[in-house]
Amino acid sequence: MSGTLPQDGTASLVPEAALEDDLLVRVDDLVKHFPVKAGGLIGRTVGQVQAVDGVSLTIRRGQTLGLVGETGCGKSTLARCIAGLIPVTSGTVTFEGHNITNLSRRAMRPFRREIQMIFQDPYGSLNPRRRVGAIISDPFVIHKTATGAQRKRQVQELMERVGLNPEHYNRFPAEFSGGQRQRIGVARALALRPKLIICDEPVSALDVSIQAQVLNLLSDLQDDFGLSYLFIAHDLEVVRHVSDAVIVMYLGKIAEAGPKGPVYETPRHPYTAALLSAAAAADPKLAAARQRIILTGDVPSPINPPSGCRFHPRCPKAQELCSRQEPPLESKAGDPATHVTACHFPVEAGENLALADRRERR
Amino acid sequence: MAFTRFLIRRILTGILVLWAVATVTFFLFFFRPVDAVARQLAGRAASPQVIAEVIRRLGLDQPILVQYWHFLGNLARGDLGYSYYNGESVKTIIAQDLPITASVVVGGVVLWLVVGLGVGVLSATHPRSTFDRVSTVGVLTGLSMPTFVLGELLIIGVFVPLNQNGFSWIQTGYAPLSEGLIPWMGHMILPWITLATVQAAVYTRLSRGSLIDTLGEDYIRTARAKGLSERRVVYRHGLRAALTPVVSQLGIDVGAFLGGVIVVEQVFGLSGLGQDSVQAIDTGNLPVIIGFVLVASAFVVVANIIVDASYALLDPRVRIS
Amino acid sequence: MSVTEVQFQAAAVEAAPVEAIQGRSQWQLTWRRLRHDRMAVASIVVILVMCVLALLAPLFAAVLHHGQYQAFTGAGLSSAGIPVGPGTHGFPLGTDYVGRDLLVRTLYGARISLFVGISTTVLATIAGVSIGLVAGYFGGAIDTVLARFIDAVLAFPFIVLALALAAIYGPSLLIVIGVITFFSWAGIARIVRGQTLSVKEKEYIEAARSLGAGPWRIMFIDILPNLLGPILVLATLYIPTAVVIEATLSFLGIGIPAPTPSWGVILSEAQNYYQVAWWYVVFPALALLITTLAFNLLGDGIRDAMDPRTERLFAARRKRGKRDVALKDGELPNPPPAGVTGAG
Repeated sequence: MSGTLPQDGTASLVPEAALEDDLLVRVDDLVKHFPVKAGGLIGRTVGQVQAVDGVSLTIRRGQTLGLVGETGCGKSTLARCIAGLIPVTSGTVTFEGHNITNLSRRAMRPFRREIQMIFQDPYGSLNPRRRVGAIISDPFVIHKTATGAQRKRQVQELMERVGLNPEHYNRFPAEFSGGQRQRIGVARALALRPKLIICDEPVSALDVSIQAQVLNLLSDLQDDFGLSYLFIAHDLEVVRHVSDAVIVMYLGKIAEAGPKGPVYETPRHPYTAALLSAAAAADPKLAAARQRIILTGDVPSPINPPSGCRFHPRCPKAQELCSRQEPPLESKAGDPATHVTACHFPVEAGENLALADRRERR
Repeated sequence: MAFTRFLIRRILTGILVLWAVATVTFFLFFFRPVDAVARQLAGRAASPQVIAEVIRRLGLDQPILVQYWHFLGNLARGDLGYSYYNGESVKTIIAQDLPITASVVVGGVVLWLVVGLGVGVLSATHPRSTFDRVSTVGVLTGLSMPTFVLGELLIIGVFVPLNQNGFSWIQTGYAPLSEGLIPWMGHMILPWITLATVQAAVYTRLSRGSLIDTLGEDYIRTARAKGLSERRVVYRHGLRAALTPVVSQLGIDVGAFLGGVIVVEQVFGLSGLGQDSVQAIDTGNLPVIIGFVLVASAFVVVANIIVDASYALLDPRVRIS
Repeated sequence: MSVTEVQFQAAAVEAAPVEAIQGRSQWQLTWRRLRHDRMAVASIVVILVMCVLALLAPLFAAVLHHGQYQAFTGAGLSSAGIPVGPGTHGFPLGTDYVGRDLLVRTLYGARISLFVGISTTVLATIAGVSIGLVAGYFGGAIDTVLARFIDAVLAFPFIVLALALAAIYGPSLLIVIGVITFFSWAGIARIVRGQTLSVKEKEYIEAARSLGAGPWRIMFIDILPNLLGPILVLATLYIPTAVVIEATLSFLGIGIPAPTPSWGVILSEAQNYYQVAWWYVVFPALALLITTLAFNLLGDGIRDAMDPRTERLFAARRKRGKRDVALKDGELPNPPPAGVTGAG
């Protein structure tokens, strides 16, 4: 079971059969490679960008799964694979028991009502030439679920629900602030009452004060509509606030995953530990006492990832084994079965990596 | 090295294009009824036997693919065939009339580029000045002026009054270079102006807009902040980037330019290749037509290669692709 | 559904639709700016006057008792057989070489020019936009093929084709319209394809796909509205090109055949008489120039009116103190430079 253990926030003692009912999304061993072509009319493929390299996860009903990692780790690509926006190289995506991997546009259509996305850029995700009412009406029109005055009423009701003035139905996106535009995006995603909303860094482009408002909105909606979220971000504090379980990705693979409590309090992967050490601490005393773990070296390219454990060139605990053998994703001693880490030499309780010896690396 | 490879690739593509053009032209004109050609050649009153003989002699009765094969073979040997009407070798005709057309084209292109880019750059560096405003009006007028109208207006407004007052440097018709540079220019100056005006107007506007946009970029601001002279900023840094859209537009305009050449030759009474081709098409003189089309296409291909090469020189990224 | 949701649904059904506040669309703002641009307004007026005159051509003919094909060899030609000048014998603009009324013929020529100019532009725009959208959106093999085709058409000297067709089938209006349309659509398609390629990458297009929108819906409802601005400018600037090409072809004898009074035909006849009859050249040339100039100015004016960077210029001219809500047109691709040649 190691390496493909479903990551969720509930206890692992619940039997598999009961778990299946609750299972909304299941991703098995997803791989997405982008070919790199040499120039010319018919380019030869000279390499592959290994954007996502064998990721498995599950999302349960009503749960929020947080996905963190630095830029280029593959989280956005993963999201788009799950949403069916880009074809998958190998692996499967299952939604409510149905295999939705690489379906044709027609076959995917009914699932589009259930899986929606909110995008990062409030300025780019809305068509500037269309009125807001039309934008939010799109789902109704595309799936033919409401017409005419009734549709308009539903749209205005949605606008109200996300905190917008329904009288602004005929306005253009340019007339709204960034936070309001994200609300429009949320309204659009909510229109057909989906079961899963994939939020691709929904607050990264917003001012901090507005971030809180939008996050609260998302949280309220989750309660009211029984939504599940796949919440992607690079800010750990934001993820901690909204998620039930967290996955930390590095260079296309899962570094660590589990319920948020164990992961945040006792991170096992050196990368997670480094990320957490760099996160802002609200308490000034803690902030002063905090010692940053500095990672040396550049972020490697996903075209030519390092051998063995992909993090080994930058890892303060790396040893010879790390460059030879890829560590399996499994739960370490003392951790609940749902907290898994891919590391040969995980961080021990009380270990302070900032002071760790830099061992010789090959 | 990459540049040489780039150039070779373009030249090979060019040859391919020429072949394609010759083929298309050949098959396009094949639809002309054969006996009409023969009849024009032999005279209206010719008897059917004579017509048949003419057809046979011209080889027009053979199946199309055979004709095409002969055509290609001749082409490869540099033989462009013979005019249906006076038996003159097409190559001779071209050799005779090419200097005329070439004079028109070369002068026209030089004037077009010099005035177009020159006025454009000056307007961009002195925006909203009197010069700029005047040139904007000039540009709009030039843009709206069809070539043949301009030609006629120039004849009425310049040639006629000047000649009537004894100033006879400017003439219509053609005087070859061998008779002297001054007479040659006197005959060519009006055709050059006519040909170049419209294109110059387009390029003035294009280069002006492009240069203004480029000069607004941050890196230009940096160059100025570094203390470089304005001249250096504009000519070394700004112009390079600004010229790329202009150069890429050139490739496309070359084709349209040829249309202007035909018109100008007509208006000013120059018996160059343009005039010849109009006549040839009227009479269905296939070898001559093909000869001219090939020359025209060769010109377009060469011009495009030059344009592409300049583009590659301006923008190093292009060479790699 | 939660209880809250059910309550909301119920309440929504009972409530009447809320009064909506109108946002100003791009078009409304453009029109406002255009109205304040004197040059553009002047061009619109000129074009309208031209159209009216063209429509009223038969009226002029009736009032003057001079048909467009009527040759008055007596009153219309001098004793030497030369056309008479403006004002003589009731010919407001003089006559042509067979004694036909120049004013009437020029007006009928306007009909031809405007008809050809507008019809070819409309056809070319429809074709060009469709092909450009398809090539840009679908990409891949379709795009490669279409893009090369567009380039080939653009590079081809259209005059050669026009000459050829006229030689084979004889000159006619249909050939003229066909040839002009055939070569105009490519220019439009190239620009539309370029714009589509860049708009395609925007996030809102991805959002549309994630909603389940099909390619046709995305092309025409999401991408096209962003392109309408440049398309309008382009089309307005293609009209004078079409007019000029038609005149040029007719001038060369391979367009509209004589005796139909296309301006090109009249100017072609005038070549032999310019020394003795300046009006023969000047009036049709003026008509052609004014029409072309007006459309060019209008196209320029529309482009400036759509470009928010010139917003400040117009704001200064507006009488009202209030600023409209300006659209942050970061998304609007820059309208292309008018690299449209008055070729020929």
